[in-house]
Amino acid sequence: MSISPIERAGDTAGQFTRSLLRIDPLLLLGALGLTACSFVTLRGAGYHSEADKQLMYAGGGLLVALLISRFDYTLLREYRYFLYGLMIVLNLAVFGFHSVNSAHRWIPFPGFEFQSSEFGKVLLIVSLSAFAVERSRRLSERATLARVMLLGLVPAMIVMGQSDLGDALVYVVIACAILFFLGTSWKHLTALAALFVVSGAIVLGVAPALGLHVLSSYQLQNLTTFINPPATCNATANSTGYQLCQGLIAIGSGGKTGVGPVHATQAVFGFLPAPDTDFIFAVISESYGFAGAAIVVSLYALLIWRTLRIVTMSKNLYGTLVAGGILGWFMFQVFLNIGMTLGIMPVAGVPLLLLTYGGSSVFSTFLAIGLLESIHVQARTASAGKARVLIV
Amino acid sequence: MTPQLALRVAIVGSLALIMFAAIFFRLWFLQVLSSGQYTAQAASNIIKHVTIPAPRGEILADDGTPLVTSAEVPAVEIAPQSLPVPLNLSDIEAHPGSQPAKDYAVYSELAKLLNISTKPQSCKFIIYYTAGPKQYSPRLAQIPCLVAQGIANSQYANVTIKTDVSQFVYDYLQERLSIDPRLQGVVPTEVYLRQYPYYQLASQVFGYVQPLESTEVHDPNFKGANSSDVVGQTGLEYEYNQQLMGTDGYEAVKVNSANEFQGYGKEKPPVPGANLKTSLDLKLQQVGQRALAESIAKNSYAGANSGAFVAMNYRTGAIYAMGSLPNYHPSTFTHPVSDKTWASLNSKASGDPLLNRAIDGPLPDGSTFKVITATAALQSGIWSLGDTYNDTGEYVFDRNEPCTVPGNCLHNSGDGASGVVNLEQAIQVSDDVFFYNLGDLLNQGDELQVWAHRYGIGEPTGVDLPGEASGVMGSPAYVRSLDEQEKECETATGIYSYTNGDGVFSAKPEAGLHPSPLQPNGCGIALKGGTSTWGPGDNVNAAVGQGYDEVTPLQLAVVYAALANGGSIVTPHIGEDVQTASGTILQRIDPGIKRNIGINPVYLNAILEGLHAAAQSPGGTSYDVMGSFPRTVYGKTGTAQVGTDEQIATNTEADDAWYACFVPSAKRPIVVVVSVEKGGFGDVAAAPVAREILSQWFLGRPGKYVTGTATTGKNST
Repeated sequence: MSISPIERAGDTAGQFTRSLLRIDPLLLLGALGLTACSFVTLRGAGYHSEADKQLMYAGGGLLVALLISRFDYTLLREYRYFLYGLMIVLNLAVFGFHSVNSAHRWIPFPGFEFQSSEFGKVLLIVSLSAFAVERSRRLSERATLARVMLLGLVPAMIVMGQSDLGDALVYVVIACAILFFLGTSWKHLTALAALFVVSGAIVLGVAPALGLHVLSSYQLQNLTTFINPPATCNATANSTGYQLCQGLIAIGSGGKTGVGPVHATQAVFGFLPAPDTDFIFAVISESYGFAGAAIVVSLYALLIWRTLRIVTMSKNLYGTLVAGGILGWFMFQVFLNIGMTLGIMPVAGVPLLLLTYGGSSVFSTFLAIGLLESIHVQARTASAGKARVLIV
Repeated sequence: MTPQLALRVAIVGSLALIMFAAIFFRLWFLQVLSSGQYTAQAASNIIKHVTIPAPRGEILADDGTPLVTSAEVPAVEIAPQSLPVPLNLSDIEAHPGSQPAKDYAVYSELAKLLNISTKPQSCKFIIYYTAGPKQYSPRLAQIPCLVAQGIANSQYANVTIKTDVSQFVYDYLQERLSIDPRLQGVVPTEVYLRQYPYYQLASQVFGYVQPLESTEVHDPNFKGANSSDVVGQTGLEYEYNQQLMGTDGYEAVKVNSANEFQGYGKEKPPVPGANLKTSLDLKLQQVGQRALAESIAKNSYAGANSGAFVAMNYRTGAIYAMGSLPNYHPSTFTHPVSDKTWASLNSKASGDPLLNRAIDGPLPDGSTFKVITATAALQSGIWSLGDTYNDTGEYVFDRNEPCTVPGNCLHNSGDGASGVVNLEQAIQVSDDVFFYNLGDLLNQGDELQVWAHRYGIGEPTGVDLPGEASGVMGSPAYVRSLDEQEKECETATGIYSYTNGDGVFSAKPEAGLHPSPLQPNGCGIALKGGTSTWGPGDNVNAAVGQGYDEVTPLQLAVVYAALANGGSIVTPHIGEDVQTASGTILQRIDPGIKRNIGINPVYLNAILEGLHAAAQSPGGTSYDVMGSFPRTVYGKTGTAQVGTDEQIATNTEADDAWYACFVPSAKRPIVVVVSVEKGGFGDVAAAPVAREILSQWFLGRPGKYVTGTATTGKNST
């Protein structure tokens, strides 16, 4: 434990105020700004109750995040087995409940549906980082790479079993990000990358040719359509292509300043698929144009910049890995979702952080923000302690 | 922070930078550079245009009387996309012979209301693929059949089930529509229908209208027409379709992604079609048609069954009246035409009522041709004014052989002999032997053919009507070309179709084509083996408008117009101008004079003298009809032998009657040509019709039918 003796001596109330003062205000500002954008967009598109609920989830998430920031995240290392186990159990539990569109993703609670894979991301980051820290002294061993990767791949396979390809990829990316910031040698990373390329080629190309379908045909279509989009927006030909194309029409027709939420016919008249979730960025682009989209993208840039900064600040390796895992998660989801809407990335169905309507996703994101703030507070406190020691 | 971590953070930071740069560039490209294109697509997503058809312009007589008009009438349509189970082309392809039961419920409700049969019958429609058309012929009741045909023709347009429904049915549908689910997809509407206040008047000249078919979309006359539009298929309706059609408007309807109505957008009102003012004289047209019908009826004992007439301004080519019998009622085509009706309209048995005999279906014009022979003989110098010929009643080809040798001798009609005659007298009495002689003399060169072509025989007159025939002027080259066609046909290995006036034949049996009934003797285009040759007999026949000669009444009118106006070949036309509803002229139609044939006025005078004597001097071929007419008439009868060689030889087929005449007038110049097929002698069947037309034109009343009795002017062997 690395809490300084001076801190320990202070009274609790002062400690809380001090830790509040030591949070990263810009990170919080980014998260709150995006929440506000989500609220405005959802209301504008006619999703009034969703907008209100979204605000409620975000409010709850903010409180929890502030609470977490007050605690030392390093404590979580002790509970790594429990947290990892919890993640596996939660992700397996969804199979016991009814499916929606042949996908098992939710555990129904009275009043809300709990999406395990979203919480699983936070749990995976904190537990996997802890396992990685344990192996940090045996970095050159292949087993380190294999173990960490395996611990990431197991839940990823479970999530893929839930028909949630996007979130499964997020799990893999988190594992890779942790390995990357752990300091895994370039040689190992290259081998890992080569492994991904080969398995990707097998899943997308060789296996279907041999009649073995790892991915469902619609998942395959989702992944490949953006490379060869259909020439016309025809609803019957290729549903993925139709959705992408309608999304592009929405974005393009927004122009520089947008057509306003009332005249956003692509969203209001139902041409955009999932305007409150996967395609919400297209709604923003149509209603508020390049200006609105640029504000949102800038807020993400802010969020990612601050997260990157926290990676560098962390007082210990565990903090670096947790922040790095979160960074990988955020970057991957933002780029995959916006890239999909813009037609430059495959359709993998990941939510857009904080903008997409959904309690589990918003809440998990705020949990991550809380962890980041905790790392920030701890780092600031540690450096302040060092400084004070120096002065004294 | 270790240097290694710093490097890795820098790598991830750069990745993030690249990522955001990519997003910004892509956003800029989509939202700023390509915005216009996407805005248009977004608009086209929600705006659906519902065509508002433009009313078709009217066809007016020379005094502005509407002859063909448009009126709005209630109609019932089905919108295939709005049926309980929406239908589109792929549904029809998958199940051509059946449609969903829920849709049938709508059909049966509608059938009850509109009194339409629900008995299944053969239903033909064609779907066009890139590979080619495919015909379907399932058994369907009338309404599903119309729906299938409509979708096959144009899959997004509404299908007209019935036009001209009663106002009661229309009101009932309007009222029940929103509350009765059994009427889902039914659209009560109003459509413009062509109206014909004078019924069958000049029906082939006006032509008929029908909905645009998918095979017709590339026709330049239909440019700009929508799939639901009605377009002119024949006659003036086709020729001036672009002007008459107008521009459809549309009603913009906003829909959501499920095609549900969300509101109205901008509306573009239709631009009504312009009116076509013609040179047709309503009274003259009526009189001509009635007189022709009367003549056909009077001479039906001889076999008269059809005919045509043209009355034209010989100076400008403006057509005052043009008719062809039998005719049809154009309103037949404002409703869907059954296969049976269509077959009957196109059959020889019912006299080909769609055929405009004034411009199509050329026939030998008999002695009316003699003016051309006379011109050629005088101009070429083989005959001089004052030269005489002793008509002994027979023309002998080979003086060393007796007349008992078949084909060696030709006789005058009625087998008389005129004695010594000059050219003027020969025209007056229509002396055949005289003209046989000229034909023989002219066979030394090609002057007869040259002058016939100058007069316009063998080429279309250029009248503003579709489907005009060129006619034929017999010549050695023409006979050679027939021989070549015959040879080609006889040696053809695949389908070989050709027309010899009796339809389309094929060298091999083929669906829709028949092997030639003349097969044992070749294809029947020329002699078997293509061995026909041109001889003096052919030119002798040509000199009296027989043999290969084929002329339309309109072509003959142009010939006589040239005689009347001093040698100018006019371009006949019916359209005078295109004008707006309020009378503002948009386009004048004045095709002008084609050429001058350059006939010596002295020769022309001699011919005119003969023509005047023929009409109004005792002994003239049409004196008993035209002699008493109170104007100077120049006229020539024609009695053309038709049928197969055998029929001509045995004289078992009734002759075609012709009459061509003109009356010089400074204010009301007119040339009239009448032909009555199988009417017998020109003076008996054709001249009386011409007299009634002239009487109406100059005296304002047709007068009584003056029957001719002269039986001369017929060419006989």
